[in-house]
Amino acid sequence: MTITETHAHALAPTWVEVCPFDWLISGRGVCALVGGRQVAVFRVDDELFALSNFDPFSQTFVLSRGVVGSRGDHLKVASPIFKQSFDLRTGACLDDATVSVPTYAARVADGQVQVACP
Amino acid sequence: MSGRRRTLVVAGNGMVGHRLLEILVERGATAEWDIVTFCEEPRVAYDRVALSSLFAGATAEDLELVAPGFFDQVGLTVHVGDAVATVDREQHNVVSQRGVRVDYDAMVLATGSVPFVPPVPGRDARGCFVYRTVDDLEAIRSYAIEAGCRVGAVVGGGLLGLEAANALKSLGLETHVVEFAPRLMPAQIDERGSAALRLRIEELGVVVHTATATSEIVRSSDGRVKGMRFAAASPDGATPGDLPVDLVVFSAGIRPRDDLARAAGLTMGERGGIVVDEACRTSDPAVYAIGECALAVGRLWGLVAPGYQMAAVVADQILGGDRTFAGADLSTKLKLMGVDVASFGDSFGTTPGAEAITFDDPVTKVYKRVVVGPAAITGVRPVLGGILVGDATMYETLMQMSRGAMPTPERLEELIFPARSAGSASTGGIGALAGSALICSCNTVTKAQICAAVAGGGCTDVAGVKACTRAGTGCGGCVPLVSDLVRFELVASGVEVRNDLCEHFAFSRQELFDILRAQRIASFSELLLAHGRGRGCEVCKPAVASMLATLGDAYILDGEQASLQDTNDHFLANLQRDGTYSVVPRVPGGEITPDQLIAIGHVAKDFGLYTKITGGQRIDLFGARVDQLPHIWQRLVEVGMESGHAYGKALRTVKSCVGRNWCRFGVQDSTALAIELELRYRGLRSPHKVKAAVSGCSRECAEAQSKDFGVIATEQGWNLYVCGNGGLKPQHAVLLAGDIDRETVIRYLDRFLMFYIRTADRLERTATWLNKLEGGLDYLRRVVIDDCLGLCAEFEADMAGHVARYRCEWKETIEDPERMARFRTFVNSDETDANVVFISERGQPRPAYADEKPDPALLALGRTP
Repeated sequence: MTITETHAHALAPTWVEVCPFDWLISGRGVCALVGGRQVAVFRVDDELFALSNFDPFSQTFVLSRGVVGSRGDHLKVASPIFKQSFDLRTGACLDDATVSVPTYAARVADGQVQVACP
Repeated sequence: MSGRRRTLVVAGNGMVGHRLLEILVERGATAEWDIVTFCEEPRVAYDRVALSSLFAGATAEDLELVAPGFFDQVGLTVHVGDAVATVDREQHNVVSQRGVRVDYDAMVLATGSVPFVPPVPGRDARGCFVYRTVDDLEAIRSYAIEAGCRVGAVVGGGLLGLEAANALKSLGLETHVVEFAPRLMPAQIDERGSAALRLRIEELGVVVHTATATSEIVRSSDGRVKGMRFAAASPDGATPGDLPVDLVVFSAGIRPRDDLARAAGLTMGERGGIVVDEACRTSDPAVYAIGECALAVGRLWGLVAPGYQMAAVVADQILGGDRTFAGADLSTKLKLMGVDVASFGDSFGTTPGAEAITFDDPVTKVYKRVVVGPAAITGVRPVLGGILVGDATMYETLMQMSRGAMPTPERLEELIFPARSAGSASTGGIGALAGSALICSCNTVTKAQICAAVAGGGCTDVAGVKACTRAGTGCGGCVPLVSDLVRFELVASGVEVRNDLCEHFAFSRQELFDILRAQRIASFSELLLAHGRGRGCEVCKPAVASMLATLGDAYILDGEQASLQDTNDHFLANLQRDGTYSVVPRVPGGEITPDQLIAIGHVAKDFGLYTKITGGQRIDLFGARVDQLPHIWQRLVEVGMESGHAYGKALRTVKSCVGRNWCRFGVQDSTALAIELELRYRGLRSPHKVKAAVSGCSRECAEAQSKDFGVIATEQGWNLYVCGNGGLKPQHAVLLAGDIDRETVIRYLDRFLMFYIRTADRLERTATWLNKLEGGLDYLRRVVIDDCLGLCAEFEADMAGHVARYRCEWKETIEDPERMARFRTFVNSDETDANVVFISERGQPRPAYADEKPDPALLALGRTP
């Protein structure tokens, strides 16, 4: 298993184990509770992405249940409620430049998905 | 120049009167003129031609012709609900019914016409109506409902009579048409054309009585219509006798509304109509008359297009121009009850030396007659006119030929059967059109003007061309031609015209379906690799998943399919605004046992679900968390319930009335058929949701005519309706076939549904699909009933495959622990989402609104309070 680590972070984070990597389906998300926060974790091929599960448009925690895809060069997830898309790498909303959601670092270690708890 | 503003009075704000105002405003007349218009009806100008659509889902607002704010412009005044009562030509003033007095410098009479009501005894009975205004139609509708009418009759089998009959049919009445002449539409089409039209209309269930005179409207003791008494107009007419009817509409022609002009002493025609010269000026040079009230070039003009031309002439004259009216083309193409009828040029062949080529097919009930003149020096025989019934696809081309804008083919049979070799007939035809060819007769827009709007004006669609040139905004008959022309011009100017699904596939849904099928592609990634780019998205992934579900038999959440589904299909439930889901078990035909009801009640109570009856005769349970879904379904499956597919773009319900088993009026067992159909088509993935209903008699309690498919019992069998819907833009379903047996209903439905699934765009309901289907209902009938594509065996086999493969998705889910494991709120915790908060209302839960919940800003950080 390759170890994939994404997203820079300032301080040494605490890594929280979420689930085995092979529970994840490529192109689909799950939601994890990381330090009391709801984090949407997505797998695209062997790469991992972690965003807040909060959809600012509908004010609900649902992003992990969106359809994953691409727009141009951006990998993105579309909120299942009103279908706005968010960049998986940056959390920026691709349909409204004023909106973004937090992103988190994620990696695979010993076959386990880990998310950085800030 | 004195600079004195002048005043123009326009009497009448119908289609023609309003067109005059529009042209005057467009040409800047309000800089010098104050224009005062009187509109007798309580609503300003609307599209009278489309009146019957009011009973097919349209509202009076849909028909409005007046742009918002139009009458707020400086220089324009409208008096709504008021008409000019008297004209004083000496003093140059008018006084209205409400006493408004206006001095005028010029006046235009655009008073239109009134329906002619033959002097039949009893014609003033309650339940007798005319067919002219929105108010007339509203009166017809409310009387039909209030009096519980079952049977309606229209006196008059001309163009307007058949329009009125269409309206009565849309109201659900058994409809009769009574025509004095020996055939329908005697003014426009010949005997054989009439015969084809009659057969088609009778197929739709309308009873036609020709050569029949109405001698009396029979009244009941309370003055209501209860029947019609007939006298034979000729030996082959109806036998004299009574026809019981509840409602009568007189639509036996129109008479010019010229009483105001007559009282003002203007010159009148012998048989009515205000005599005007080629400038549309009456015997008083300060007064013009336009539209149906004017007798121009020696005749009355009962169509909107000549009226619009007169409006343009008068606008020009008032602004000092010298345009004149020299008569107009009376060619028409209409859809009467879904039947194409067209007549153009010298349709009866009265020109010396004229001969007619005819095609008369009693099987498909298509009649074509093309009149050609004697050969010219070149040897070519010019097209002079023609009549088309049942198939008017050649109308535009033939009419352009008759106007000399397009060459006549050497082989005259191509006038009837167009050559198909050189590309498609429609675009080939358009390319051959001269620039001067008139495309929109209503607004006098030529091909060159439309091409200029596309090439120079930057218009890229029909809507743009309509706004820019007004083409297609009159009767709408030329819209298909305008659409073809826009596409043709865009292609010619190098612009690619595409109907791509999304940025990942340069194909339409239909093309992708054909690719998946032909190349036996079984996965999204394979399709993307071979025919797409990028990673896919929320548009193409669920669309392809749906097509794969139709074509294949895999559980929709296995393997890669799982990643394609929209959240509803992924969790087999309906996502609600708070992130929870609702659950709808299937209740086929709305039939449910007490035990099942009790079980649903227990489940709802145990899981704290909000419970509501749906419009589709089932029960919706709201407020379930993802992790609760499989447990809820375990309980439901135990009592024999299965997925209702409320979450999918799939068959939803087949609603039914109770039918013959209980109802005093039912003539067939509607519930049994509804259950059979629902079980047959359950789980069928389609471009959009599919709703259906079966009614046990013509009272139509199941509202089958508002569904994607609807079946209504008759004494002899079933009537099958298709392509209706409620929702945003309601549309009535149309009759596909009448009085057919159960097996035929199923056979036609198998074919219809598969044809729709294969060819519709993503999220296109059947109604929109039919509206866009080239050839419309006729073509659909040819595909589904006559098998003109030779695909019916394939459609039926595909449906048989679906029926054989069907399994309940929820049953399959709860039987498999791995599938069950997917239903978790948090992958690493058994906690629940703290943001989901319920409030109790009327004894049941509902999601809390933002102000009833903890601060969403706090929640946005994801902190569980």
